Amino acid sequence: MKLAVSDPTLDAAFFALSDPTRRAILARLARGEATVMELAEPFELTQPAISRHLKVLEKARLIDRRVEGPKRPCRLAKTGIDDVERWLSSLREVLARNYDRLDQVLAEMKSTSEKGKAKQ
Amino acid sequence: MSTNKMKLEREGDRYVVVTRRFDAPPELVYRAHTETELIQKWMLGPEGWTMPVCINEPWPGGKIRFEWSDGKGNGFYLTGEFVEAQPYSRLVHVERMHLPAPTPDNYIETDFAPDGTGTLMTMRMTLPDAQTREAMLATGMEHGMEASYVRLESLLQPVA
Repeated sequence: MKLAVSDPTLDAAFFALSDPTRRAILARLARGEATVMELAEPFELTQPAISRHLKVLEKARLIDRRVEGPKRPCRLAKTGIDDVERWLSSLREVLARNYDRLDQVLAEMKSTSEKGKAKQ
Repeated sequence: MSTNKMKLEREGDRYVVVTRRFDAPPELVYRAHTETELIQKWMLGPEGWTMPVCINEPWPGGKIRFEWSDGKGNGFYLTGEFVEAQPYSRLVHVERMHLPAPTPDNYIETDFAPDGTGTLMTMRMTLPDAQTREAMLATGMEHGMEASYVRLESLLQPVA
């Protein structure tokens, strides 16, 4: 598998992660969900400023927000790729390369055995 | 050739089944899986990795030892034993990776069936547990998208 030149989700994620405040917000959310107000306090930022950061993180699908009455607590999003699938895709890549090389080995074996037959 | 495309599927929660067709008869595909000088040509993983040590004794109780190296000081090895070896149709073996702690045993059945002038290979293996998958991903035998996700996750680690 080749690394895609441009993957919109990954691009959005890397952009979102390029900012230290947003990384700190993610680190805070890794300990549990929080409301905008709860996030604004330790960061000494206004609620609109925090909301702007949250929008970037939400667009990158790094966080999601659930509705709880008037509050909309934020939490880390599931990566969307389950851990088993990640492992399988790595296995798939290694095996696919190996078997492509095996095709070559088999082609060499075939041509050697055909040459052997031709001599007889 | 598109008909030779590899398939890798989960079978329930415990198994992984890999199928791949080859343009060579079962005898050659079996030999390429059992003769060490042939194994060392292809069972290598990503570009740049080699297998300097290859022991493979294809008979019941026979030993397996593969050692891989990336030439930059990174490497790991696998040991195993054959349970069954039927030339040129079936191999059953148990293997474990040493990273360096051994992973739980993986029981692997490989069948080679004639398919026209070629071979259809089916390999059924145990899906490793979460801890083993993590350890295997850490060997460096992964890259591309995988590396991107790993980078992404390390950025997401809570700041201590």
